[in-house]
Amino acid sequence: MNDPIGNEMYSLHVNGQDRAVMDAWVGESLLYVLRERLGLPGAKGACEQGECGSCTVLMDGDAVCSCLVMAATAVGSEIVTVEGLVEQNPTMAVTAHAITSQVTDVQQAFITEGGVQCGFCTPGLIVAVHHLLDKNPDPTELEVKESISGNICRCTGYGRIFAAVEAVVQVRKANS
Amino acid sequence: MTVAIPLTISEALDALSSNPDARLIQGGTDMMVEINFNHLKPHNIIALRRIKELRTWTKNTDGSITIGAGVPYQEMETGELKQLVPALAEAARTVGSPQIRAAGTLGGNLGTCSPAGDGLPVLFAVDAVVHLQSNEVSRQLSIHDFMLGVKRNARNANEIITAVTIPVLNGWQGYTKVGVRNAMVISVASACLAVDKPTKSVRIALGAVGPTIIRCRDAESWLTQQFDLSTSTKIELDLAKEFGRRVALESKPIDDHRSTAEYRRHAVSVLAQRLITRAYPS
Repeated sequence: MNDPIGNEMYSLHVNGQDRAVMDAWVGESLLYVLRERLGLPGAKGACEQGECGSCTVLMDGDAVCSCLVMAATAVGSEIVTVEGLVEQNPTMAVTAHAITSQVTDVQQAFITEGGVQCGFCTPGLIVAVHHLLDKNPDPTELEVKESISGNICRCTGYGRIFAAVEAVVQVRKANS
Repeated sequence: MTVAIPLTISEALDALSSNPDARLIQGGTDMMVEINFNHLKPHNIIALRRIKELRTWTKNTDGSITIGAGVPYQEMETGELKQLVPALAEAARTVGSPQIRAAGTLGGNLGTCSPAGDGLPVLFAVDAVVHLQSNEVSRQLSIHDFMLGVKRNARNANEIITAVTIPVLNGWQGYTKVGVRNAMVISVASACLAVDKPTKSVRIALGAVGPTIIRCRDAESWLTQQFDLSTSTKIELDLAKEFGRRVALESKPIDDHRSTAEYRRHAVSVLAQRLITRAYPS
């Protein structure tokens, strides 16, 4: 066992890089550390109790609520945030119209199908949908619904989100 | 404050003996809510999620299975564990959201010991045994002796919950709960029913309607006298209803922010009726 982590520096592996976390209270949530210490504001904080899913990130390949992970306990884990998805899925990256940076096929489908309104839930949904389609490339409607049941969207009514997932499934099938 | 991340049970026990006031954390899905809302400011934390020994399950020679305290709920939802303990799979699938089920564990459920913990009614219905280990001794405690009250259990400060042994029964079993919405909800009332045909026994355990999980022993033995549990295939509506009524009599619900005692009592009678009807449908 390594020495216990105190309030000095520790290091997290985020989006393929070792990132030092400095001058932080070690009880902070992973969400807080990602946003406030590491400058990665993609994961959103809303309920802070695991109900809304807007803070969803990948930890060791699982989609988890980063607000419910104590950041210091994630030392040694692979963390991927919405900012790291293009790098994780280079073959699926496309250049979005209207914005200059690259996005993944899932992000592009959300734009094209109109699966975004206020946008607050979107990063968490994008991560959850990537996680679903990585494990299950051709999900049933029920599997899609269950897989995003932990991501609450109060604007879209979900119809256009389901359409976006379906669009990605069809494009990936055609390209495989 | 410090955070220790042991990689083995013995490292965790060493960390615990040098820091007896440390809080143990598994997936963190309960404790982090308390921390995020400033209800808890822990001094020292021992994080158990990287201990591989706690994240496996095994089949025992007597047919029972032993599930490590760190196995996340998502692993109980499918596969062989689902076939061996279907009620646990159903309960696991109702825990929070997929994100919560990737992190949450049976060990955490036992450590927190909330009467609304979804794993606990299953453990009570099948008479599970909790494994506790300290630097000095290991002991095994029936779940009925382990849970003492609302968020109170028999774990000593120097012990770690390492695993749960679950008997594999022969008969229908299931778990169901009532909450304010379908996905991702904390139970207002929950119930697990398990039939064991060889011993002609039926077990029903209720969650969120008392300070601990409640086994309805009177309703169980009453039904055993009314009905042949090993050969019957269909239960009459009147009998199922009466079973539900008797189950509700054994619940001890309270009014709180999630529901009223009256509604909870009604809900458990319906849940019991539904479960026994699912067990004996036609």
